[in-house]
Amino acid sequence: MSEPRGLSRREFFRLAGGGILVCVGCAALPSLAQNRWPRYPEDVDAYLLIGADGRVAVFSGKVEMGQGVMTSLAQMAAEELGVDLGSIDMVLGDTDRCPWDMGTFGSMTTRMFGPALRAAAAEARSVLTGLAAARLAVSPDRLSVRTGIVSVKDAPSRHVSYAELARGQRLLRRVDAATVLKAAADFEVMGRPAMRLDARAKVTGEAKYAADMRLPGQLYARILRPPVHRAQLQSVDTSGAEAVGGVTVVRRDDLVAVLHADPQRAGEALAALRAQWQLPQEAGPDQDGIFEHLAKSGAALTESAHRGDVLAARPRAARVFESTYHKGYVAHAPLEPHAALAEVSAGRATVWASTQTPFPTRDHIAHALGLAPEAVRVITPFLGGGFGGKSADRQAVEAARLAQLCGRPVQVAWDRSEEFFFDRFDPAAVVTIVSGVDAGRRAAFWDFTGYGAGERGTAHVYDIPDLRIRCGGGMSYEQSPAPQQLHPFEVGPWRAPGANMNVFAIESQMDIMAAACGSDPLEFRLRHLSDARMRAVLEAAAAGFGWQAAAAPSGRGCGIACATDAGSYVAACAEVAVDPAQGGVRVLRVVCAEDLGIVVNPEGARMQIEGGVTMGLGYALSEELHFRGGDILDRNFGSYHLPRFSAVPRIEAILVRNDGLAPQGGGEPPITIVGAVIANAVFDATGARQLRLPMTPERVLAGIAAAKLHGS
Amino acid sequence: MAAAAIHFTLNGRPVALEARPERLLLWALRGEQGLTGTKYGCGVGACGACTVLVDGRATRSCVTTLAEVERREVVTIEGVARNGGLHPLQQAFIDHGALQCGYCTPGMVLTAHALLAATPHPAREAIAAAMEHQLCRCGAHQRILAAIESVAAGAERSP
Repeated sequence: MSEPRGLSRREFFRLAGGGILVCVGCAALPSLAQNRWPRYPEDVDAYLLIGADGRVAVFSGKVEMGQGVMTSLAQMAAEELGVDLGSIDMVLGDTDRCPWDMGTFGSMTTRMFGPALRAAAAEARSVLTGLAAARLAVSPDRLSVRTGIVSVKDAPSRHVSYAELARGQRLLRRVDAATVLKAAADFEVMGRPAMRLDARAKVTGEAKYAADMRLPGQLYARILRPPVHRAQLQSVDTSGAEAVGGVTVVRRDDLVAVLHADPQRAGEALAALRAQWQLPQEAGPDQDGIFEHLAKSGAALTESAHRGDVLAARPRAARVFESTYHKGYVAHAPLEPHAALAEVSAGRATVWASTQTPFPTRDHIAHALGLAPEAVRVITPFLGGGFGGKSADRQAVEAARLAQLCGRPVQVAWDRSEEFFFDRFDPAAVVTIVSGVDAGRRAAFWDFTGYGAGERGTAHVYDIPDLRIRCGGGMSYEQSPAPQQLHPFEVGPWRAPGANMNVFAIESQMDIMAAACGSDPLEFRLRHLSDARMRAVLEAAAAGFGWQAAAAPSGRGCGIACATDAGSYVAACAEVAVDPAQGGVRVLRVVCAEDLGIVVNPEGARMQIEGGVTMGLGYALSEELHFRGGDILDRNFGSYHLPRFSAVPRIEAILVRNDGLAPQGGGEPPITIVGAVIANAVFDATGARQLRLPMTPERVLAGIAAAKLHGS
Repeated sequence: MAAAAIHFTLNGRPVALEARPERLLLWALRGEQGLTGTKYGCGVGACGACTVLVDGRATRSCVTTLAEVERREVVTIEGVARNGGLHPLQQAFIDHGALQCGYCTPGMVLTAHALLAATPHPAREAIAAAMEHQLCRCGAHQRILAAIESVAAGAERSP
């Protein structure tokens, strides 16, 4: 039997003062094995430790970035183990103490890690029940467990606690076979709303984020940055910076940094650096020219779905609709900029970093420092938001390199300008859909072509006989051209990558066809849906909203949209008011229904729906990066507009019960339909179809003017 | 400018800092005072993550110098708890699940604190207006408003 990676068994028990350690190997869960890198065959996927004090420590490489997994994972462990939620301690994102993990993204924590954790907890319960059976001299099937106490069913005064059972133990169990998990009907902790375990620390200011970590003698670093992407450093005069008292200037290859014990002084030294840069020859496209740039990029199209023959179906259709949709670049803009504190000494590095990917970050740091991965420990405190943007780890590598060069602990905490500049933006995208309806007002064919957004969200569940879906220029680095050639700066995963754009296009196109057929948009969708889960979420959203059937545009400002994402189904209805003079869109209310299988924490799931809808209002209405080639023009919140309190409508979250299905993804699905549901509501209000995100007042006004001109 | 002793009250206790007058309150709090509940978010007073109370008013510590708080009373998130228990606003944020990543939370609580001190019973619209320049990226807005509203309503009931 192999040891869990990282902390050795001996060290584990030394820390815990004895106990029972249960590990789950990936062989027990083939779904996990597919997501693993083959480098760590000896590794395990989950472990938990029942200590001699009766507390249960759950170790996971996942991170808490606001999405609530600290609480929902604890609920899963508590449920299968038979303990109170309050007796669980979560240890997250520490590469020395937690099992290897690819990263926290893709709404995969609950879907992929959840089963491993539940299996470990179920096995632990079985081990403890076995120990209790020996202690109480009864057969295990006569025992029941409640709140960490094992008692004899027909003689409850005979009992023993988990703490008593764990005391003095040095037991390591590894689970490699599938374990029977509790059925939803038997849940006592899962499926019930739980308040966040991190809430108290976060309202008192005790919660630590990477920039809050402190080491004796640490220096704060500010790093020289290029004015635009792809600029080359020609020369730098550091004399002004060196004149700042107490400053250390570091120059190694491309890395020029000033360090000081006071971050404000470090900032002053940075401002005193005089650098000459060679700028790129061509400025490159801006936010309006980017779409032509993408379309002309020569990106090869890959067909991801094919049914029937769209080319043959097209001439047979009674009416054909061709629409091209656009969306600009969108920033992650977490409130916490990237930060890291690094200490490098005696051939070992310890780095506290705001990252969604602690293990890959550890490997990147090891590579940059010339150390073995085992010599690097990455610790992830709370993240102040991630949304995909913290799957990059440049700041952690920078801090580690500087700490190695200076021989002192170094903090790198980006300012807001750096956070915008180095963001790996949600890519600009162009989607063209050609579709048609037959004489019976049914969608007859569907031809989808997308550039920039990738494939996620392109596969809808509508029953359309002839269909083709092709994408090019997505985010895979194996494609041609690769993203770094296609875009003027880096792009990367942004909450449900690509799906926001693709669902916007799909659900707008469905609305266009419904309107042309004179059909109610809900009825039109249901007419093309045999998928029971999609029907259920649509009907739940419509019922919660009080949807009244009418063909759009009805003038009321009501819209509907639906999608599948991360194994979940989601639908929403929205009501908007459009200012006909200024073009401003005011969202009055949103009702969002979601089927995410078994719901681990209903309160957490509702928070994710509300949060996804709110964040989605940004890409729908106000968020679009301004740039000129590699020159990022938006560097702070004055010109880049996040949703604010005044823009947030009443949001009602409805959880559609589906206890027959294992828990599915919750963090991303709701945001995917926000652009579409608002666009459809704007059409219902104005009769003007919005084809470009975000729907700024100028674009809405232009749409209204164009619709009047064409008398439609 | 040269360092000089700057006196102010911090979470109820007097402090004297040897510092340049232009030193920013944010870094003094997060540095030698060890009060990391006050967050850096934008550095230009645009997001509100660094909000503290200065003489009871919500103030952006990232654009406030130590000279500006001379002889004033500064309260950070670490200083709002009462008699060892949570402030009603803190408890309401917990009860309403009015946070996700938590990074904007201290600024949200303190801005609400200043609002309720000046206007004990604000209407929902007035709460939203007072919170308008506090940014939250996770989308906890609806719950934050509900949390503040519950405290405002509770104050109404008490004698």
